[in-house]
Amino acid sequence: MLKHGSAQVLAAAVFMAIAAPASAQETIKIGVTQPLTGAFAASGNYVTQGAKIAEDEINKAGGVLGKKLQLVVEDNKSNPTEAVSTAEKLITKDKVPVMLGAWSSTLTLAVMPKLEEHGVPMLVETSSSGKITTSGNPFIFRISPTSEMEARAFEPLVKQLGIKKADFLATNNDFGLGASQEFTKMLKAAGVTIGATELMDPKAVDFSAQLAKIKASGGDTVFVTTAVEQITLILRQAKEQQLTARIITTGGSNSPDQLIQQAGSAADESFHLVFFTPWFPEAVKNPALAVSFVKEWNARGYQAGGLTEGFRGWDGITTIVEAIKAAGKAEPAAIQKALWDVKVKGINGDIAFIKQGPAGKESAQNVPSVYLIKIANGKVTRM
Amino acid sequence: MVPPGVRPGGSDTIHTHGAKTRLDQFLQHCLNALMLGGTYALLGIGLTLIFGIMRVVNFTHGELYAFGAYCMYALVVPVGMNFFLALLLAMVLGALLGAVIEMLLLGRLRGADIDTTMLVMIGAWIAMQNTEQLIWSGVALTVPNPFPSAPLVVGPLSVSWLRIFVLFTAVGLIFAAYTVVNRTKLGKAMRATFQDRDTAALMGVRIDRMHTATFALGSGLAAASGALLGPVFVVNPTMGDLAAAKAFAIVILGGLGNIAGATIGGFILAFAEELGAGYVSSGYRDAMGFVLIIIILLVKPTGLFAQRERIG
Repeated sequence: MLKHGSAQVLAAAVFMAIAAPASAQETIKIGVTQPLTGAFAASGNYVTQGAKIAEDEINKAGGVLGKKLQLVVEDNKSNPTEAVSTAEKLITKDKVPVMLGAWSSTLTLAVMPKLEEHGVPMLVETSSSGKITTSGNPFIFRISPTSEMEARAFEPLVKQLGIKKADFLATNNDFGLGASQEFTKMLKAAGVTIGATELMDPKAVDFSAQLAKIKASGGDTVFVTTAVEQITLILRQAKEQQLTARIITTGGSNSPDQLIQQAGSAADESFHLVFFTPWFPEAVKNPALAVSFVKEWNARGYQAGGLTEGFRGWDGITTIVEAIKAAGKAEPAAIQKALWDVKVKGINGDIAFIKQGPAGKESAQNVPSVYLIKIANGKVTRM
Repeated sequence: MVPPGVRPGGSDTIHTHGAKTRLDQFLQHCLNALMLGGTYALLGIGLTLIFGIMRVVNFTHGELYAFGAYCMYALVVPVGMNFFLALLLAMVLGALLGAVIEMLLLGRLRGADIDTTMLVMIGAWIAMQNTEQLIWSGVALTVPNPFPSAPLVVGPLSVSWLRIFVLFTAVGLIFAAYTVVNRTKLGKAMRATFQDRDTAALMGVRIDRMHTATFALGSGLAAASGALLGPVFVVNPTMGDLAAAKAFAIVILGGLGNIAGATIGGFILAFAEELGAGYVSSGYRDAMGFVLIIIILLVKPTGLFAQRERIG
């Protein structure tokens, strides 16, 4: 049992803890949940770095609604359970009116019920599963493309590349399964034969069995959907097994610079769908923004390979801040309403939302730019 | 090559062409499993010493594996050391780190119950993994190797030279470990210590040293597998998690404390995964191995090759 005196101290401490966030309202907070440790640590840190560049630029230009912008960053440890805890903590303890997150379809899907429960909108910067915007969660505002959008953007290239028979190698989660389904649908409609569809555990490092099967299937193209670490290993192991089919990666988490550096010559002649082309920033929709972002990224000494992830953090925070300005106050419902009408110039292109999902409970989806690049002789080339 | 539109394995496509492709595929699966099995066996024997003989549920095994891989990277890339020398040094450093962990953490917990030891080891595991990320960041690293990048091609089969080197080194290390444990005085003292601690002490065995030596040997083998496989795969802070899960499965499969059992267990797991992924479903590749383990343990609860003297 506590003594009387210490119970009073404890009570006081509890009240102070409850009161503290309320007095800290001199800033406008945005909650950020990203995988800073665990399997997706590299990507999560890049997105956070991009978000911090936006935070610094906005504060240098006077902040938002006369207040300082403050990102409250939580590590979701690449784990769906942890992602839910970070959302709960950001919403209930830090009282953030809006969030950015959660990198990957699986982590985002895990967080979504919490948004509905507390009525807080979240801007989704990285996630491609169709389910996210079609399940009827009106608090979702996604700026990254769905797998279906990627597949549609790729369609004109099917003839150009002369694809006749395609195989799939996808990570066994919402991201990989969604992409292989959408690409299968698109390719079938374009008259392409579908061979083997092989899956891999998101943590696996050895793909010899899958690659032997794909080789035996004898397609001319393999669509690979996973993050950069597994892509590196797949490129190397495909070369070891003398797989001659053309490899195309989808999903935009493929960091071609990192592939060139780590897979070496095994990366040559591979194709990659990306959502930002830092190698030719002048070629994107808003070249001035892209050029200045690349300059700031390099000035901070961040890894060049992270640019294709980092821009999403910048685009995400910039979009949220536009909505807060339009709402005139930092409250969840007002921001949610304002997000529907924002028109933002982003690094990926112009950001605006269209409706997706069941009527009355629509989620918001941006229609982003998708680019196909090719690695040849250790260099990224435009298609 | 299969003509477009014909699925190999389809029931009505049996002609010589398809049959040859199927045979090639089967042989490639077997070759892949052989390569993978060598590395699994090496992972298993390090842990079988610590978990099987010492009965320490060693959650740091995966981190010692990652430590070996990071040592390899640090020695080969920034330092510029010879690949083979770096391999040797990584193993020695891994054994030293193991000795430090044993003396610093486990030395104080002799006779503590298994829950306490497990919690301490889980703590050490998390601390080590986060230290790796702090130093090296989460970005995966690649260790260059001196082997030709073009694979060895025999007929329809191909395999990388690096993997062949890894297989032979792994087999060599397994024999060395077996010899140390079963044929030397040190090995005899180790086995005596964990069979009957008091009697061994009365016979003049220095118990504390044996604990440290066994843990260091197991750790050195974990670091060796990390140093060998780091260049095959990529080096990142979470690489140890999967390695540790496989190692525990192999040790349990082979029977606790049995080096030959862990070796065979490693190869069984590799073949189950490779053929399961090749012919049943690649999505359940990792489940295949564990399903097999459940079946084997149902039939033989002590594992395939457990020696009666080690139990109880």
